[in-house]
Amino acid sequence: MFELIRSNKRRSVALVACFMLFIVLVGAAIGALVGNGIAFTLVALVFSGSVAFYSYWRADKIALKISRAEPASEIQYQRLHNIVEGLCIAAGLPKPGVYVIDDPAPNAFATGRNPEHAAIAVTSGLLEMLNRVELEGVIAHELGHIKNYDILVSTLAVTMVGAVALLADGAIRLMWWNGGRVSRSGDRSNGNNPLAYAGFALLILSPIIAKAMQAAVSRSRETLADVTACQLTRYPPGLISALEKLKEDTTVTHSASMATAHLWIEQPMSGVGDNGKLGGIHKMFDTHPPLDERIALLREL
Amino acid sequence: MVILVIVIVIAVVVLALVIGAYNGLIRRRNQIENAWSQIDVQLKRRLDLIPNLVETVKGYAAHESETLEAVINARNASIAAPDTPDGQAGANNMLTGALGKLFALGEAYPDLKANQSFLQLQEELTATEGRVAYSRQFYNDSVLDYNNKLEQFPTVFFANALKFDRREYFQAEEAARTVPSIEF
Repeated sequence: MFELIRSNKRRSVALVACFMLFIVLVGAAIGALVGNGIAFTLVALVFSGSVAFYSYWRADKIALKISRAEPASEIQYQRLHNIVEGLCIAAGLPKPGVYVIDDPAPNAFATGRNPEHAAIAVTSGLLEMLNRVELEGVIAHELGHIKNYDILVSTLAVTMVGAVALLADGAIRLMWWNGGRVSRSGDRSNGNNPLAYAGFALLILSPIIAKAMQAAVSRSRETLADVTACQLTRYPPGLISALEKLKEDTTVTHSASMATAHLWIEQPMSGVGDNGKLGGIHKMFDTHPPLDERIALLREL
Repeated sequence: MVILVIVIVIAVVVLALVIGAYNGLIRRRNQIENAWSQIDVQLKRRLDLIPNLVETVKGYAAHESETLEAVINARNASIAAPDTPDGQAGANNMLTGALGKLFALGEAYPDLKANQSFLQLQEELTATEGRVAYSRQFYNDSVLDYNNKLEQFPTVFFANALKFDRREYFQAEEAARTVPSIEF
């Protein structure tokens, strides 16, 4: 338990360090190509530092906002609030913020930087589809993430993956800046546009870096949160039947984006369980272990 | 001189261990007390919800006075019961059984079942029963954590001298273990 928390705090520091190093290296590389190395490195350092700082304080709000989560009213969502409160008593945690996302796909996630500043968001589809014990299982899973400090690593990853994605986007533009233009007489040769090379390299590297960051929020965390959930509810069949319902449902969670994919209880993207040609590649980039494996493990408890 | 340094180093290490053990035990003992009061809070909350529920049901099924009285009597018994785990467990069990019968009335009276405040109170009471169970579970988890710390190395060496004792778990009474039966 305490080792888990420590390891998650270590991971968070490592994640921030890797992110800053990557951005500074990119800055230095571009700087070197342009011929003003120190200035670019400093800009990159300041940029990555501010993103990291901002992530720690605000990333949970960003994650909620980009998922279009609205605070759940205590009157309308009485049952949801009651379940959260009850399980918080069992876990000895303060009650987190409770949010609802208007999305027919059943899914849920937790975010925040520590148990005192945490939030749980569930989709309206989840509330409709699950009964009380199943919902308790899912909420307990999310509280497990909060208790184990998984939320710190995963929430930091949201903004950092987002920042890298933004850079990659910028890189595409850099590539076309001058490089994409038809050359006129008197122009320098296109082959000499150094920014194009930097942009191209960044374009290839960025998705890999982003994936590696999400991998820091290792897949085994999901399984651990499942086990913690059963410690709280003392009733594994609830979570098992909830996961089975999630498995049967094939709706894609539209409120999820690339940057938040790893937060959710069920992998929100398409391509899960794809056994075709690309099945193996999809599996490599999965943010979650297959639901079948998780259900099988819970059955053994 | 060397011996003096060694003695001082050992004394500092022992003192640090004692302080660590003491603080760890205090933190866990306070958590147990907090968990214990949480159980009381939830039990009281349940008692507070009952008069409203009885009033609501009266409006639809006034002649079911037997069921209503059973709930009120069980509530009074629970308030009067001595404030010990044993005394409370029996009274609370009686209350759970009486409430079960009251909620079963919802099946016989469709109007009652459709009543918004009846449904709301039913949800509140179900949630509160759950919370009572969860707060007992948390109490037991806290006791487990405390007892583990107490008996682990190196705390076990100082626990006696610091006057810390093992705590007992909350155990459901024999009566509470049997599921209350509901007759129609």
